[in-house]
Amino acid sequence: MTVEEIKAAILAAVPGAGVEIVANPSVSGQHSLLIAPANVVAVATFLRDDAELKLDFLSNATGVDWPDKEISEKVKVTRAVTKTVDGAETTVEETVEETRKRVEPGCLEAVYHLFSVAKGHGPVVIRMRTANRSDQVELPSLTPVWRSAEFQEREIFDLFGIVFTGHPDLRRLLMWDEFKDHPMRRDYVEPDDFEYEPTAHDDVMKRAQEHVARVKAAEGAASAGQEGTVAGA
Amino acid sequence: MSGSGYLDATLKPEGWNRPPVIEPDGEGELLEVAMGPHHPSTHGVFRMDVALDGERVIRLKPVFGYLHRNHEKLAEGMSYLASMPFTDRLDYICPMTNNWAYALAVEKLTGQEVPERAEYLRVICGELTRVVNHASAVGFLIQEMGASGTPLMYAFKEREKVLDLFESLTGARMMVNYMRFGGCRVDATPAWLDGVRKVVAGLPKFVGEFESLLTGNEILMARTQGVGILKPDLAVNAGITGPMLRASGVNYDIRKVDGYGIYNRFKFRVPLGDHGDVFDRFMIRLLELRESLQILEQALKDIPGGPVMDPKAKLRGFRPKPGEAYGRIEAPKGELGFYLISDGSPNPYRYRVRPPSLINLTVLEDMCLGQNVADVVLIFGSVDIVLGEVDR
Repeated sequence: MTVEEIKAAILAAVPGAGVEIVANPSVSGQHSLLIAPANVVAVATFLRDDAELKLDFLSNATGVDWPDKEISEKVKVTRAVTKTVDGAETTVEETVEETRKRVEPGCLEAVYHLFSVAKGHGPVVIRMRTANRSDQVELPSLTPVWRSAEFQEREIFDLFGIVFTGHPDLRRLLMWDEFKDHPMRRDYVEPDDFEYEPTAHDDVMKRAQEHVARVKAAEGAASAGQEGTVAGA
Repeated sequence: MSGSGYLDATLKPEGWNRPPVIEPDGEGELLEVAMGPHHPSTHGVFRMDVALDGERVIRLKPVFGYLHRNHEKLAEGMSYLASMPFTDRLDYICPMTNNWAYALAVEKLTGQEVPERAEYLRVICGELTRVVNHASAVGFLIQEMGASGTPLMYAFKEREKVLDLFESLTGARMMVNYMRFGGCRVDATPAWLDGVRKVVAGLPKFVGEFESLLTGNEILMARTQGVGILKPDLAVNAGITGPMLRASGVNYDIRKVDGYGIYNRFKFRVPLGDHGDVFDRFMIRLLELRESLQILEQALKDIPGGPVMDPKAKLRGFRPKPGEAYGRIEAPKGELGFYLISDGSPNPYRYRVRPPSLINLTVLEDMCLGQNVADVVLIFGSVDIVLGEVDR
């Protein structure tokens, strides 16, 4: 089935699902379906259970970061300019080239590659996009539909920062729990001090440092006292 | 990674394809054990937080990330070709198939053709890798059962012969960096092909010996049969691939389904298991090993002459047109896929590895619940993972 046919089938089964085709210009020809997050669980369940599609195998789930893009365009603007020619004022139309800048808002994207074990076809690519990259980063989880999304969505949450609502166990997968940022984002900045991360050993280290300081202070006092006695003798 | 309190995570099984919640029988206390990260059975640094009721496993949470180096981010910062050597280090038992999967994904993205001889060389190297992987996986499994050393060394003896072949072909035993987009890096000499023929001719004897040494063994059967059962519907839903999926009786081999490369030219069978227990996963690997030998014999007989690189292939200034592609192969551990997005620059915009080792661990808890703690080691061993690929 082509993506157009799959789109029609989805719209017939889930009315108002909000499906768009995202064309893939490369020779691979793997076009994808952009699905509105509101209905994605219903759509996914349909894709999995439909007798003809039977996409029972979610192979790959991953994230893509699309940062805000500043686009500068050259626009030709025509405007009326008043000029004084030979003492008489005339209005002349003049065409000027202007550079205009606009910011195209970015988003985080989750991409799923579906195959069918029963029918042997695939891949069907579906994607979802968050509203923005900062505060509205929730997407519905597809783990209830395909269990194989469990670890992969945890990884996306960890590395990209998409929050999957409805995921049963959404924790960081690869980075440690105390880690703050999302390393796979395009604007991720590495920390200045790679070594410093709060660890369970911090208390021990602090006490050790205090101990060393105390010992040094005691040694310093003792040797100063000794010197004092030597000098005094 | 890390942090206590994982085992308190409340799971909601209703309506989900989730592992069941087992209640302790009420006598005594639960014992929480961290198996790993430095446990000899974990094949690297991997931790399982296990809650035990006596000997019975009540909960199990795998903890990942000890070997994480963000392979994907590294690859996005360098050219397409520059990350080829890094793919060797994903599943370091099977560098050839990692190379192949990456090359295949890039070829899908750019539409490059691969010369016939290179396809045959890829099949030969890929199947030799499968032989190495399955023999070692079985060896490790037996080792974890307590047969310390001997069976594993039998497997490693054969592995060494194959690694010698890889070394004489590519210059490196394990980090081969052999495949390129549109072919292979160097051609094989006739002497090398004769060497492969010699090794392949000796392998059936090894497989026979290995099988008779192990298969009829009473202890092995008692330890593995009926242990760690994985149901086929859960296996498909959880995205399990490779020998583990086929041991549960699901006929899905990407070599047959996609027929990538030239696999539809070869005659081979896909062995399937009946029960989906540890014994089936062990047997499937031995049977697949025999099928790999079939493929190798056919490939070595038919290999044509000719170039090993597409003459139009570009190595320098390689910039694929914008677009995306997902390419996958049947790696020895399961489906290894690469997902690439190009924005027309020399670096991939997005580079993603679909690691079979990580995704096959999704059902580890389901298989281990209610089993004895000693069997956890076996069940984990039967999944066959490499941590370099799990954590990437």
